[in-house]
Amino acid sequence: MNVILIAVIVLGSIGLVAALILFLAGKKFAVHEDERIAKVAEVLPQANCGGCGFPGCSGFAGACVKAADKGSLEGLLCPVGGQPVMEQVAGILGLKAEASAPKVAVVRCNGTCENRPRIAEFDGAQSCKVQQMLGSGETACAYGCLGCGDCVAACQFDAIRMNPETGLPEVDEEKCTACGACAKACPRGIIEIRLKGLKNRRVVVLCNNKDKGAQTRKACSVGCIACQKCVKVCKFEAITVDQNLAHIDAEKCKLCRKCEDECPQNAIHAFNFPPKKEKPASPPTPLQGERGVDTQAAPVTEKAAAPAAPATEKPATNVEPAKEQEKA
Amino acid sequence: MKTFNIGGVHPAENKLSAASPIRVAAIPKQAVFSMFQHIGAPAVPVVKKGDTVKVGTLLGEAGKGLSVPVFSSVSGKVNKVDAVLDSSGTRRMAVVVDVEGDEWEETIDRSDKLVTFKDLGNITAAEVVNRIKAAGIVGMGGATFPTGIKLMPPPGTKAEAIIVNAVECEPYLTADHRLMLEKPEQILVGVQLIKHAVNCPKAFIGIEMNKPDAIKLLTDLLKEKAAQYPGIEVVPLKVKYPQGGEKQLIDAVIGRQVPAPPALPINVGAIVQNVGTVYAIYEAVTKNKPLIERIITVTGKSVKQPSNFLARIGTPMQQLIDEAGGLPADTGKIIGGGPMMGRALMSLEVPVTKGSSGLLLMTEKESRRGEVSPCIRCGKCVTACPMGLEPYLLASYTRLKDWDGCEKNDVTSCIECGSCAFTCPSNRPLLDNIRVAKQTVMSIIKARHMEAIAKK
Repeated sequence: MNVILIAVIVLGSIGLVAALILFLAGKKFAVHEDERIAKVAEVLPQANCGGCGFPGCSGFAGACVKAADKGSLEGLLCPVGGQPVMEQVAGILGLKAEASAPKVAVVRCNGTCENRPRIAEFDGAQSCKVQQMLGSGETACAYGCLGCGDCVAACQFDAIRMNPETGLPEVDEEKCTACGACAKACPRGIIEIRLKGLKNRRVVVLCNNKDKGAQTRKACSVGCIACQKCVKVCKFEAITVDQNLAHIDAEKCKLCRKCEDECPQNAIHAFNFPPKKEKPASPPTPLQGERGVDTQAAPVTEKAAAPAAPATEKPATNVEPAKEQEKA
Repeated sequence: MKTFNIGGVHPAENKLSAASPIRVAAIPKQAVFSMFQHIGAPAVPVVKKGDTVKVGTLLGEAGKGLSVPVFSSVSGKVNKVDAVLDSSGTRRMAVVVDVEGDEWEETIDRSDKLVTFKDLGNITAAEVVNRIKAAGIVGMGGATFPTGIKLMPPPGTKAEAIIVNAVECEPYLTADHRLMLEKPEQILVGVQLIKHAVNCPKAFIGIEMNKPDAIKLLTDLLKEKAAQYPGIEVVPLKVKYPQGGEKQLIDAVIGRQVPAPPALPINVGAIVQNVGTVYAIYEAVTKNKPLIERIITVTGKSVKQPSNFLARIGTPMQQLIDEAGGLPADTGKIIGGGPMMGRALMSLEVPVTKGSSGLLLMTEKESRRGEVSPCIRCGKCVTACPMGLEPYLLASYTRLKDWDGCEKNDVTSCIECGSCAFTCPSNRPLLDNIRVAKQTVMSIIKARHMEAIAKK
């Protein structure tokens, strides 16, 4: 009997002492976490994609709370959740959300097999990064898509896929959250995170080639040759040419599509516009007419990058001189 | 017989051109001089379109920091100074010269007469280094590191052994082999100049046993003229790839191990120079001739006449192939350099550069990579790695983008010799992945370093 009693007393007192120590330690080393962080984290999408620039959603929540203490959420945006989530976050923190326009990833290369003849074959590890390190890739264009799909592997939202026909990645605008993982993964910086635009409409230069015009023309039939025609035709000063490559500023662009008609290389593409009406008043050149059909055929998503049936006729004529040069 | 301790592989030697004497390649009609022929900052062009140049005229002066000048190897008119396609398929700044005649700068001594170390009189060490720097000499084994910099040991280090790299462990290549057979004395004088430049009493010439004629020739010459060439020793080495790697050669010849980067060979008292570089040093110091030509092996199983050419730098590769009997019909891949470390060329318009040691025309059958299958953990790559790394592990970390793991497993020590990929029974592209990891980890280390500096 005694033995049991002693055991109970000893263990009981050890337990009490330990409990006291734990209680004191808990008081002394208590970490005060702002309860708002947990609340903010709750409304975030929990994709942990890092698109905001912070390590995961909890990191972003912490940054939001810190910024709120300073009085503004400026510069903070969850690309996945977008404006609705930011408004919720602002609500929790008692602030007003900054207005932010939704963005989307755009693949700035239209070097399909027809437009950009393959001059070499790469049989190493199937990774754009490896290819970029070893040489200029399978075509004569040292700036265009390498086609191994590093961007596809980087996307957590299944929003970018390789089109086996064109050999180019295509972005699913519905799924794309503009987190920028693909843009970071691309060793050539072809993918641009761009404003989605009014009614999702965009006019984009689908080229990344910074070579001089003559060299670009040899490598690809739809490359930007920096002829400056688009710059001249643009009334809104939205287009600049830097390093032999035109770029349309999405904020300045008023979507008039004049540059698209003007571009002799067909490098400028308009996305998500309704089909063009035939305009008998200004008789279009054969090229322009065909492009009208082109956009008509695939106006819905970025599939415009994949030339539909009518478009194939046109590049064929464009490519031929380049091919002959290749043989010579 | 000496050799390095860790790893190594035995690829088929295929030294097809070993018996063909060095032929002087024709002067090209147009020569292209890239400003990116060396490691470090590019040279800066000093000529413009329409300028007349002679053989030996300066075309580009050394850029800032680690860099060397570039000289014309032909005489004629500058056609353009513009970005030109280089061997990796990118466009880089180069000077293109249309050739007219063959006029040389008067300062260059074109005679074949041997100039000995004694003939130079009391030349100072600094003068030797200056002449090497001014001649634009780089490591001619393929790494193209500026030689002048290598001959200026940083403070706190001392050269205790010069090691001449005459291993030529790459299969197919025979340029260094032929050079030793045809210019042995010039090489010995070159070694003396290096010894003098860094004030080092001892020099070793490491040659693999597959070149017995070169070993015999140099050993006999050293015995015969022992008084004239003191402190030079020929070291025969067991045949094993990659013995020509700087660190492997130091291990093989003097038994010292170079620690992981950023340690350099000089930290263990060794300076390694390729035998081609030694010859270029001889020509630069005694004949005042800048680096304008080099020996290049054009070879391959279906090539009609596998040859060693003394080609002017800037000669298009196409011309050398024509001189070697034309492009065989079954060519699948054309590789600049040897089969282990060389890179496939995108175009035959690319010129011979300071680092072009060979041109290998692989047949269609040889050039195909095998089908990749899963890693079976056989550990062959670990056994083969001459740096004692675990290639399968590094490749896996790369796939998982675990750069910390790569760094902890010393990916920066990789010398990219390709032994792992060569030995892999599953044909896994180990080296491709490790290269990505090496580049990424190095940029991470650099960024960390810059951050640390910024904080201070």
